Amino acid sequence: MATEMTKKDAASDNGGQTLMNAAPTATIRPMVDIFETADGITLRADMPGVSKDGLNLRVDGPNLLVEGNIGIIPEQKMSALHADVRSTLYRRSFVLGSELEAEKIDANLKDGILTIRIPKRPELRPRKIEVRSS
Amino acid sequence: MFGNLYSDNPLLTQFRRLEEELDEVFGRGTPWTGGIRSQPPGTFPAINVGSTEDDVTVYLFAPGIDAKKLDISIQQNLLTVSGEREVPRDDGATYYRQERFGGEFHRVISLPDDVDPERVQASYRDGVVQITVRRRESAKPRQIAIR
Repeated sequence: MATEMTKKDAASDNGGQTLMNAAPTATIRPMVDIFETADGITLRADMPGVSKDGLNLRVDGPNLLVEGNIGIIPEQKMSALHADVRSTLYRRSFVLGSELEAEKIDANLKDGILTIRIPKRPELRPRKIEVRSS
Repeated sequence: MFGNLYSDNPLLTQFRRLEEELDEVFGRGTPWTGGIRSQPPGTFPAINVGSTEDDVTVYLFAPGIDAKKLDISIQQNLLTVSGEREVPRDDGATYYRQERFGGEFHRVISLPDDVDPERVQASYRDGVVQITVRRRESAKPRQIAIR
């Protein structure tokens, strides 16, 4: 029984399905962590398979677009036995607040993790407000 | 009232069906879908498995791990990968979203029967672990000449 099931795994049975061959419009929404500190907001996104060349970051007005192309190109003849990842494009967008300095964004990509730091405008960083007792 | 939310939402039902159909298409006839060792969608790390005549390649989408600490073993056609991903949290910060997986993971992948457990290669690049296992020569399709 079990043998019969796995025998079918042999390359021929998938009707030419290749790895991650979903329609180009299908995108993956990367998982993110977003946190705020006194001087800015940090966004971390999991984008495994994306190299620096495949990354596209764009600020358009208040929107921050994060895009990345998975650069693993499987052999032409490869057919998929299993695919959790069914697209090669990550895409997610975020709306930035006006208190953030979009023009000073700093981005870093390492081992498939994108880290974006967006500083707050200095004049808008939180100030401690003293309560005076009269 | 609540019943409506869970059972009678036609959109959700259709979506689930679509998902099942996709599973059919992508994992037809493999021990993946509904396999006894299969894990729910979204389990870290995501896995793709591709196959050619010569080898089977497993891609584990595991960003930010220390590849040296990864434990990869193969017994017959069962590939086991376990490791840990540390996601340090900044205690002084205010978190708005924490979607990324942190902690230990363990996955068992059933490969086709004809892989050779002696010939395995693994690499790590851009957050993807790539493990290639050769198929046995005898299992390759052969051209049979007619005399």
